[in-house]
Amino acid sequence: MDTTHPQVLPEGSPLVRFSGVTKCYGPLTVLDKLDLDIAQNEMVSIIGPSGSGKTTVLRVLMTLEKINDGVIYVDGEPLTHMPKAGGLTFSTERYLHERRSKIGMVFQQFNLFPHMTALQNCVEAPMQVLGLSREDAEERALNLLELVGMGEKKDQHPTRLSGGQQQRVAIARALAMRPKVMLLDEVTSALDPEVIGEVLNVIRSLNSEHNLTMIMVTHQMGFAREISDRVCFFYEGKIAEQGSPEQLFGDPQNERTKQFLHAVLDAS
Amino acid sequence: MGYWEFLVEYLPKLANGAVMTVMVMVCATLLAVTVSMVFGLMRLSSHFAIQGAATVYIEFFRGTSLLVQLYWIYYVLPLMGLTLSPFISGVLALGLNFGAYGAEIVRGGIQAVPRGQYEAALALNMSPFSRMRRIIIPQIYTIILPPAANLTVELLKATALVALITVVDLMFVAKQINATTWLSAQVFGTALIIYYAMARFALIPFLRWLELIAARKIGKA
Repeated sequence: MDTTHPQVLPEGSPLVRFSGVTKCYGPLTVLDKLDLDIAQNEMVSIIGPSGSGKTTVLRVLMTLEKINDGVIYVDGEPLTHMPKAGGLTFSTERYLHERRSKIGMVFQQFNLFPHMTALQNCVEAPMQVLGLSREDAEERALNLLELVGMGEKKDQHPTRLSGGQQQRVAIARALAMRPKVMLLDEVTSALDPEVIGEVLNVIRSLNSEHNLTMIMVTHQMGFAREISDRVCFFYEGKIAEQGSPEQLFGDPQNERTKQFLHAVLDAS
Repeated sequence: MGYWEFLVEYLPKLANGAVMTVMVMVCATLLAVTVSMVFGLMRLSSHFAIQGAATVYIEFFRGTSLLVQLYWIYYVLPLMGLTLSPFISGVLALGLNFGAYGAEIVRGGIQAVPRGQYEAALALNMSPFSRMRRIIIPQIYTIILPPAANLTVELLKATALVALITVVDLMFVAKQINATTWLSAQVFGTALIIYYAMARFALIPFLRWLELIAARKIGKA
């Protein structure tokens, strides 16, 4: 039996664990035997140059992409794999369907459903997937739209909303599934500068008031520094350096980290 | 006989034929739309056999002559014990044939929905079935309607072929009148105008209206 990848993690294990995760696109290795633990209620930022694999971390955790090696655990259970005959085998769609609701994701391009209003966007999955009644789903959705400051726009279609407003609806939509961990994939990168703040404020309140576990890929260094419990610097599919924001931004040890921070901080 | 007298005499008969043309057209379109949806979705199935069956179907109906298919259904199937009325045969041949073209339009439409929409639906843990039914399909109409409208106009004109298997449509009536009066220019000229008017003043505005509704549904109009 493969003991490096147990069938269940012991009590008190982190909420998310990447254990030796490798992801390749053809000959290109984007994640290289990645080990990463995310604790309950932790806010982790992932930074790094493009092509370093940071977005892939979120995509494989959301099961949008299959991994080539290693195992990802969520909430103590394997996600990418399922127990079989004393070992682990790749998950089936049904196995994934029972676990994927623990993870929520917000995308760079929002990806709201254009044929639905803001409210319908937030009601759809809770009704279809969680089996909530329309009343319950709408109540939950309205509360969340209020939380992100979009209550008054609930009946608008996405095309009638600004980028910042769409992204706030997208956050509410993901929250409506009550995920245990939220993945934020460069959520402000497609936004006009003047609306970035409203989205960051929402994330700020989710972190401080709601204590949500979040993994955030970002180019907003100031925000990462302010809000994160931990910052991971990715380089060539690996974590080149990680630590508290003070440590990583204030006193980086790795040469690559120093170069990267120099480059991005000079630019801004 | 002047053209005016010709119209007074024969327009009612031609109009009766035109009504039959519309009936063939409507029934064949309904069948074609159903076939398009079913085979378009099958073409995208990850199951080898399902996808293969759709490909064979499309290749066959797109790759052979509509007129020959029509004759097969009307003249050859009875030899195998399946006798269908001229009307049913005509609707079947047109619907199955145009459905093959439509299936490719549907497939293209589904593939043209941005990848992010699949991913967002997956991230919300929606099942493959709900993803398709609730998220993807409602977004394909704005994409597929312009090419589908083209195909529908094409179908209207192709209905003239059913006259060859004795469906009493506009073309059939025109040929009858021509055979008894030899007023070829008047009768086929009038038939052309009626086909054109049906397409230009009824079908195309209707399809435009559908496009507008589809655009409104996704907030684009």
